[in-house]
Amino acid sequence: MPRSEPKSHGLMPMFINAIPAIGAVAGLFLAWEAYVLISGISPTTLPAPSRVVAQTVEHRAALATNTLATIRATVFGFATSLTAAFLFSVLIDFYGPLRRALFPVLIITQTLPLVAIAPLIVLWFGFGLTPKIMLVALVTFFPMLVALVEGYRSTSKDLEDLLVSMNAPRHKIFLMARLPSALPYFFAGLRISITYAVVAAIFAEYAGAVQGLGIYILNAKNNFRPDLVLAAVLVSSTLTLALFGAIVLIQRLSTPWTRLEGDKAK
Amino acid sequence: MSGVHLEMRGVRKRFDALNVLADVTLSVHPGEFVSVLGPSGTGKSTILKLLTGALKPDSGEILLNGKPLSESKRPFAFMPQRDALMPWRKIIDNATLGLEVQGVKRAKARQRVAPLFAEFGLEGFEQHYPAQLSGGMRQRAALMRTIAQDKAMLLLDEPFGALDALTRTQMQHWLQSMREKHGWTVLLITHDVREAVLLSDRIYLLTGRPARMKQEISVPLPRPRGSVPSPEASAIESDILKTLLQPKAHKA
Ligand SMILES: Nc1ncnc2c1ncn2[C@@H]1O[C@H](COP(=O)(O)OP(=O)(O)O)[C@@H](O)[C@H]1O
Ligand SMILES: [Mg+2]
Repeated sequence: MPRSEPKSHGLMPMFINAIPAIGAVAGLFLAWEAYVLISGISPTTLPAPSRVVAQTVEHRAALATNTLATIRATVFGFATSLTAAFLFSVLIDFYGPLRRALFPVLIITQTLPLVAIAPLIVLWFGFGLTPKIMLVALVTFFPMLVALVEGYRSTSKDLEDLLVSMNAPRHKIFLMARLPSALPYFFAGLRISITYAVVAAIFAEYAGAVQGLGIYILNAKNNFRPDLVLAAVLVSSTLTLALFGAIVLIQRLSTPWTRLEGDKAK
Repeated sequence: MSGVHLEMRGVRKRFDALNVLADVTLSVHPGEFVSVLGPSGTGKSTILKLLTGALKPDSGEILLNGKPLSESKRPFAFMPQRDALMPWRKIIDNATLGLEVQGVKRAKARQRVAPLFAEFGLEGFEQHYPAQLSGGMRQRAALMRTIAQDKAMLLLDEPFGALDALTRTQMQHWLQSMREKHGWTVLLITHDVREAVLLSDRIYLLTGRPARMKQEISVPLPRPRGSVPSPEASAIESDILKTLLQPKAHKA
């Protein structure tokens, strides 16, 4: 008889699964390093990975301050968009026609090119935090709203009928069945949106900011320092991966049953 | 559980183009075990959904102790055809669902359902998720969730339909003994002739499209009924099979 608690996720198997990917990335960097060494190309055109890493370490203080600014914009923007997406998703779930009224408008917001919108928002709202939050929210709000709304709709009819048979009022059906049913959709949306969020924050900073990786990249480019551009890229990729990893971890801890179902399907 | 008398009279239901129930008339008296038996797709689950409030009848009457169903609080505990356990709730928290809906605090509800686990053969599985249980255990958990609501009448929709033959037979006898002990009033939906004869006081045969109550059959056999059907039980079974398999030509 199975008496085991849901297994805690093994970090070791995760690592073993990652070996091919790590190998591929390492191979790519080795080839790059070798090319720069052999061709003798100037570092102001293509710096070697070793130089990028060395510059990252050397400029760590400046990078850290700017990264912090980017993290602040990402987190505030994402939090704003999550809160708004959740509120609207609940409204839509309880009042269907709202969906038909809102979705066309929201789909249009998703067709606006970021290159055009970012400078405009900075022009209207200045170099502070507000335009960054707005841009991050603009990019992530709709995917999160869709994920939640679709998630609610994925609730099994059997579960709803069961709750109706128990005389559950609508809000209890939402809390007990629809909201938990949406969790896998929510996390899928979260994983995609967090990568958009970082990119959007950097884009907003690029269009004009006092601090942040975006403005750091712009300055490095204007000073003909591709090594520092790439140093900032290295930091922002690491940041995105860390946020992505954090979400995967939160998902695993907060929805242990989904892994059990996966085990069964194998 | 206090007794309740259920009556459905001339109930009809159609889904747009599909006319499902043409005339459903049945009654369940306090303490009785009644089955509705019929082939898949005839509208058996639809009958229960009319009782639980998931669907509304197009016409006909549903009476509880002589009063229309809509005027009274539903006295039913419903077990759906698929177990409908919530995958994100542990077994104990699935069992407390009905009580929680009624507003009982979770800790209190857990205390109330805890003693049921031994009786349902689920002791030690309180903290498991549904995905960790076998099919038979899941059905017992779903039945436990139904019982825990402490309602006057159980509505069971093919509770063992998804199980393998051996487990199903075990579960049928287990249900029989539980029923003997607790005296539940039950309306059971099934397509299994032997199951209906083993468990019921009365059986309604539902056939045709749209479906009607074709026949009402009493099963006046002593209890407990054995795992090998008695000659009397076998005779009732073959009568029912004959009726169900009869070519419907002469009715048209
Ligand atoms: N909500 C619904 N909308 C449309 N058709 C339905 C609905 N529910 C059931 N049906 C149809 O009604 C018929 C009877 O269904 P059901 O009551 O589930 O039968 P049974 O439980 O006897 O197998 C089936 O043909 C089914 O496809
Ligand atoms: Mg059915």
